[in-house]
Amino acid sequence: MVNEFIDGIIEAFVLLFSFDLEVWGIILLSLRVSGTAIFVATLVSLPIGSFIALREFRGKKALTNLINTFMGFPPVVAGLLIFLLLSKSGPLGSLGLLYSPTAMIVAQLFLAIPIIIGTSKAAIESINPDLKETILNLGANERQLWWELIKESKKSIIAGILVAFGQAISEVGAVMIVGGNIRWNTRTFTTSIVLQTRMGEFGMAMALGLILIIISFSLNYILTHLQMRDI
Amino acid sequence: MNKKNKILSIVLILTISTLIGISTSFDILHSRNRIILATTTSTYDSGLLDYLIPSFEERSGILVDILSVGTGYALESGRRGDADVLLVHSRIREDEFISNGYGIHRACIMYNDFIIIGPSNDPANIQGENISVVMTNLKNAGESGLIKFYSRGDGSGTNSKELSLWDLINNTPNSGIDSWYFETGAGMGNTLIVADENNGYTLIDRGTWLSTKDSVNLILLVEGEDFLLNPYGAILVNPEINLSVRYDLALEFVAFLTSKEGQELISSYKLNNETLFFPSFGHGNETYGCSTTDTEIEFWREYNGNYTG
Repeated sequence: MVNEFIDGIIEAFVLLFSFDLEVWGIILLSLRVSGTAIFVATLVSLPIGSFIALREFRGKKALTNLINTFMGFPPVVAGLLIFLLLSKSGPLGSLGLLYSPTAMIVAQLFLAIPIIIGTSKAAIESINPDLKETILNLGANERQLWWELIKESKKSIIAGILVAFGQAISEVGAVMIVGGNIRWNTRTFTTSIVLQTRMGEFGMAMALGLILIIISFSLNYILTHLQMRDI
Repeated sequence: MNKKNKILSIVLILTISTLIGISTSFDILHSRNRIILATTTSTYDSGLLDYLIPSFEERSGILVDILSVGTGYALESGRRGDADVLLVHSRIREDEFISNGYGIHRACIMYNDFIIIGPSNDPANIQGENISVVMTNLKNAGESGLIKFYSRGDGSGTNSKELSLWDLINNTPNSGIDSWYFETGAGMGNTLIVADENNGYTLIDRGTWLSTKDSVNLILLVEGEDFLLNPYGAILVNPEINLSVRYDLALEFVAFLTSKEGQELISSYKLNNETLFFPSFGHGNETYGCSTTDTEIEFWREYNGNYTG
């Protein structure tokens, strides 16, 4: 038992620094898929989140409820829905995107968008209303007001994006279903760990897990650093 | 934020978006020259396909993406048109798949056998017994609370085989009622790990067993029965069911598997000096439960030429 832990740690460092082609391929693919999903999700969700936070409209409460529900949407169900959509017998089958990295990006987008909308909305809403008044009194137009409020709640918004990224890169059910865990093509950290475990290669599985944690830690470190800096 | 920063961020966002666009189109283009092989966990996890496929890719220029799932899932992905070619092991369901019109040109490629493994003290007393005694003893020992049996329970080829073994004694255990019979609902590797952790019995294909036995404590108890033969068949997904199936490319792949070169490669794959799969395309393999019809043998011989010698 203890040996497996130690073997895993040693193997992790050997794999990382021997520049093993397959392991680095898995690292780059995982980062590409989750990075793309979070980038696109942020572009889509930030405007929607601030719109909901700053405007009053009919059905706002229902929409908020819906988003909060989707924030905890079960990833495997998301995977199943995207699978049925992209399967050759499904409505978007002709694109031939099932079992491709793009399919995995779509699945992670589906999971990340509600999280970023929900957290950015909450972040902007929690700003002191006096600040809004002050900005308007200074002669800002609406666009400038929104921008200032987003800037003001930057820290909480970044925290929300980090949560979404963490969820995306560590998720396994959805990417397994829509990606198929195909070697050199759609094998990510998590699907690879599942495979290595079932093949009885516990050392390798531990090593990949450790590398995933190291990468998550480094990314969080950088982003937290940015978050703390006052721009 | 000043104007320069603003322009910079817009340029950055546009650049990243373009890169994403390009990589997505690569995914669409990539699918043009690849086929998806849906196969059982046993052929993949044992390392056989990683050994065979590079030489096919080199010879043909066709890329093969392997979907390593159970036979049930593999057949379903063929039916949906998500896979182009199947390599599976459940003869009854293969024949059903073909008679429903989803698959064509089945060829039996290779075989090995299933074995029954269990704890080394063998509380069910099955070692070396014939198969119906084995199944009866397992059931009796289970009901007396002496053993646990782990079934895949996932609709895979191995699962079908296990159920057909219980049929031999007309007594299929039910995991909802029989407290000694468990369904893991997982692949062979996972099921082996669960059985090993709980010191239980399970049915396993020899390929997976040979490639993972060093990491478990269970031992081989029953082998060498005709009932335990495990033939693998390749089936092309019928392009008439789904037009986007890459039939021509898939045909090249099975032509390679059935060729002299492909068959020799299969027999030369060894782990710890043991052969995992025995090639069996052609006449005279019925004794191994591995038959291909004369029409199909003739069909494939015509395409074998590219890969022979």
